[in-house]
Amino acid sequence: MNSVGEACTDLKRDYDQCFNRWFADKFLKGDRSGDPCTETFREYQRCVQKAIREKDIPVDGVEFMGPNKDKPES
Amino acid sequence: MVKYFSNNIDIRSTWDHVVSAFWQRYPNPYSTHVLTEDVVYREVTADHRLLSRRLLMKTNRLPRWAEYLFPGGMSRSVYIIEDSIVDPVNRSLTTYTWNLNHTTLMSVEERCIFRDSVEQPATTQLKREAWISSNVYGFSRPIQEFGLARFKSNQVKAMKGLEYALSNLQGETPQRLLRDSVKGASEKAKETAKSLASAAAVPQKPRQYV
Repeated sequence: MNSVGEACTDLKRDYDQCFNRWFADKFLKGDRSGDPCTETFREYQRCVQKAIREKDIPVDGVEFMGPNKDKPES
Repeated sequence: MVKYFSNNIDIRSTWDHVVSAFWQRYPNPYSTHVLTEDVVYREVTADHRLLSRRLLMKTNRLPRWAEYLFPGGMSRSVYIIEDSIVDPVNRSLTTYTWNLNHTTLMSVEERCIFRDSVEQPATTQLKREAWISSNVYGFSRPIQEFGLARFKSNQVKAMKGLEYALSNLQGETPQRLLRDSVKGASEKAKETAKSLASAAAVPQKPRQYV
């Protein structure tokens, strides 16, 4: 799958691979021994955040789960 | 005025598989309208929940009658945010998805909650809700109707995409992992979309509106 930043797709794939392995093997099993993907995530973020700024995508300052606040509990 | 929609689906896979597949569902044969996908934020909280934000870019294909409402033209891409919380202790995945742009035309917000099925083993229950609204003066009702019909048909694609990702995960050829009740819903959605298209009285060949 492509990244919104054309130059970031390879970095994204490296990160995704690391994350998917960690998620299934460690996170879901309750293993809290730490995240092996921090470095690859950092590199990927450096690239994609730059692309987001360049393309003026209005993600900045959008509150996490923002619109969910005014919805009734499921 | 907001259109509200909700339904429940059973997915014949364990919650662990469903949540893992959730991250791996793009690309899939049913998601050609999704152009890019990026994780733009991620954090493991002190109580061991995973918070994530994904940014998606999708094509925006509208029926011609809706395009006429914006004579200046509009960008072909829709940016969508998907925020999610994975709670591996309570075994729930909650996602909240909404579009960042084109919100005057239509705002679609969707909340999904994935949990272990209470009634059936090795099954995950998905509760899905959507809120659809439009702020185009004089046209909000037909736009909302269109939005709801498209949402329902997109939902079928989304489930097929998840099913596809689940099959890949489990190393099997794609098989029917969804209960048949979903098939009934997809037939209904096609009918609704067709009748709306003809009600809009635009003489064109039936197209799939993504």
